[in-house]
Amino acid sequence: MFTPLQYEFFVRGLIVATLVGGLCGLIGVYIVLRRMSYIGHGLAHAIFGGAVTSYVLSINLFIGASVWGFVSAMLINLAAKKRRINADAAIGIVTTASFALGVALISRFKTFTRSFDAALFGNILGITNNDLIAIIAVSIIAAIVIFIGYKYLLFTTFESEVAGFYGVPTPWVDAAFSLLLAAVIVVSLQVLGVTMIAAAVVIPPVVAQLLTNSFNKMLILSVIIGALCGLGGLYVSFYIDVSSGASVVLISALVFIVVLAGTTLKQRISSSRLRKSNHHHSSQELDIH
Amino acid sequence: MLHPTPHEYERTESIVEIGNVTCGYDGSPVLKNISLTINRGDFVGLLGPSGSGKTTLLRTILGAVDIYEGEVSVEGNQVSGRKRRIGYVPQLETIDWNFPITVEQLVMMGRTSKRWWTPWYQANDRELGYHMMERLGISDIAGRHIREISGGQQQRAFLARALVSSPKLLLLDEPTSGVDIKTRDEVMHLLDDLNHQDVTVIMTTHEINAVAAHLPRVVCVNGEIVDDGAPNDIFTPDVLKRTYNADILVTEYMGMKLVAESPHFFGQKDHDH
Repeated sequence: MFTPLQYEFFVRGLIVATLVGGLCGLIGVYIVLRRMSYIGHGLAHAIFGGAVTSYVLSINLFIGASVWGFVSAMLINLAAKKRRINADAAIGIVTTASFALGVALISRFKTFTRSFDAALFGNILGITNNDLIAIIAVSIIAAIVIFIGYKYLLFTTFESEVAGFYGVPTPWVDAAFSLLLAAVIVVSLQVLGVTMIAAAVVIPPVVAQLLTNSFNKMLILSVIIGALCGLGGLYVSFYIDVSSGASVVLISALVFIVVLAGTTLKQRISSSRLRKSNHHHSSQELDIH
Repeated sequence: MLHPTPHEYERTESIVEIGNVTCGYDGSPVLKNISLTINRGDFVGLLGPSGSGKTTLLRTILGAVDIYEGEVSVEGNQVSGRKRRIGYVPQLETIDWNFPITVEQLVMMGRTSKRWWTPWYQANDRELGYHMMERLGISDIAGRHIREISGGQQQRAFLARALVSSPKLLLLDEPTSGVDIKTRDEVMHLLDDLNHQDVTVIMTTHEINAVAAHLPRVVCVNGEIVDDGAPNDIFTPDVLKRTYNADILVTEYMGMKLVAESPHFFGQKDHDH
């Protein structure tokens, strides 16, 4: 178990995977409760297009991809608020168009074929110290934003329009959340890849929701579950030599299955005990009469 | 039976002014050329069938619809797209009951804008929230999840949220929809008590006999304002036909107008044996 820890790249990857897992778990709570679970998948595709475009235009990758992701998230929010288009359709249109732009640029310029696989499926080996710094910075910013904006975010997630009637500046809250989401996805791309980010954003909060009815506990559990899946997934990827993104998601899916089975079994046992108890009381009443 | 008592003071100070307004969503007008004045202390029911625009009228006061013509002002200030701080209780059918919050967390959302930059509430906010929950008889269920309480308790929880910031104007969208008769009476008596404490109440309803007939003032809506006044004055077959696009019989019992909403019999007739 301690063998991989002798490698510097693995230790760096371990820190990154744990942080990214926790970060996706944190932001994922708001995504899942807003019923926009597909946005993680869609934005990852959009940001891919933004990252490629930034590379072609020689713009700083983090900044370019984050801005592109932020603009995409705002476009999705705007389109989803219009009654004629559903949120999922809006996400599909905006994000696949961005992804297509990225693919078109890659096929046109043909200079980064190697990184294409890493971008799609994740490659922990490619994590640099700059990536680590970026992830730590985004984690701190996310924690601060969610701490300061806790009340605003809770109300807008529960009832976005009604929150506005109560004086919450919902356009600003949505903008801040979109920017944060874009930043989280940008820093998570290298670890998880475009195709796996959606699962890392959705599975931990869904598992947390199975375990608790409390919003605060759901936040904490989702971060812990996300972090542990990141950690576990990286270990698995080292030993069985698969992409880091795939192994993180597989571990997350396994956790989901185990928790779902456990909670379902617990409910059935409780129902069965309640039925037996009611039957016993009814039998006692019949005996009396 | 609820008999609203008129207020003792003169209600001439207007709190809501809607002047020749045409409004709707995404370029499609829902309400055309409507004018309405609500005075401080009024208790008004917006009555109409589904799709008549009564919710749109409520949302017009909230500043949540596109206004194509005319002006809307609340407490003397234009709304025109800006959302006003008014107590608002949404339709319970629109709520996500699986959202992981307790009754207390829901009520405290009414104090969100106060010192918003801290995740915790100040002591006086907590006191106000607790006082409101006690007043509405839900303090003993404060720690329960919102889906684990009855329909009447849910309605009171949302009402507590709306009232915790002491609004002068309370808007409610179908507050008696989907609740039983006892709960409906409790909610209406509660609103009546609030109205007597100088809260202006505007609510939408589609229930004529059960709710609208008991209110001091009703505005009949069907794409426009069909009529506006006391139920005993405006509940005529002609007004109700224009509001509901259906023949409705009107009669009277103990000084109150009663309507037969569907004067038809359905099902197979009994055969003589």
